[in-house]
Amino acid sequence: MTCKEFLALLDDLIDDEVTPGMRAELQTHLGRCGHCEVVLNTTRKTIEIYRSHEIYDLPADLREKLHAAIMSRCAKGC
Amino acid sequence: MPAIQSIAGQLEPHPDVALVERVRGGDVSAYDTLVRKYERQVFRIAQNITQNREDAEDVMQDAFLKAYEKLEQFQGNSKFYTWLVRIAVNESLMRLRKRRTGKMVSIDEDIETDEGSVPRDLADWAPDPEQNYGQAELAEILRKTIQGLPQGFRIVFALRDVEGLSTEETAETLGLSVPAVKSRLLRARLQLRERLSRYFHKNGGLMETGIVK
Repeated sequence: MTCKEFLALLDDLIDDEVTPGMRAELQTHLGRCGHCEVVLNTTRKTIEIYRSHEIYDLPADLREKLHAAIMSRCAKGC
Repeated sequence: MPAIQSIAGQLEPHPDVALVERVRGGDVSAYDTLVRKYERQVFRIAQNITQNREDAEDVMQDAFLKAYEKLEQFQGNSKFYTWLVRIAVNESLMRLRKRRTGKMVSIDEDIETDEGSVPRDLADWAPDPEQNYGQAELAEILRKTIQGLPQGFRIVFALRDVEGLSTEETAETLGLSVPAVKSRLLRARLQLRERLSRYFHKNGGLMETGIVK
């Protein structure tokens, strides 16, 4: 397997959508390619960081204000 | 009707379905529950697409009001959440269009780029690299980095990886094919990884940004 072929299957590996046979092939490639191992690990980390950090702050008071505005209009039939 | 499999193997309706039914029966308090459950997500999606706080606030209100008005049209063959996300995405794109004085806004914008499709930065990251930054500083780095993605990639990444929609749901929501979603997702992930690398390198990442450990 070449690095290009590995890269084409990177998402499937990350999303756990590979067959056991394909996983074994990918693992073999990883065992001898440090670069692809770095790309796999840092891509996984990228996703994890974006998932676990709230980057658009919605302060509680603003959230309540928006919530109240929505519900008040819904109560009036919009 | 969307259903979830119970432990006993019987199909049970998704909890949102009961809430939607109550709203249809005139119980506004059930809608209050649905709004509370999903308002953060809708706000985040709107921010990711519009990249503007005021627009995101307007989109959040408009999306929930539109969903309320159109609730009769909700078929129940998709999840309420994905149906709501579709409304939020459309409202966000409409808002962008207004801001650009009527210029068409498409999720295909700027995707003709090869940037990041071949990884160039192959240096490893520090273990738990986010620990090297304060919370506000890290949020700024993450915002700035995702803002730099072409819109058509950013929306796919936001729905699929941040909001947790499946590939199929993301495709349905955006009117894209599954292969198109997969291709954009891979490139979005690789571009973000490449751009974050300069902050998160094991050695030198912090130096590069002028921040001393």
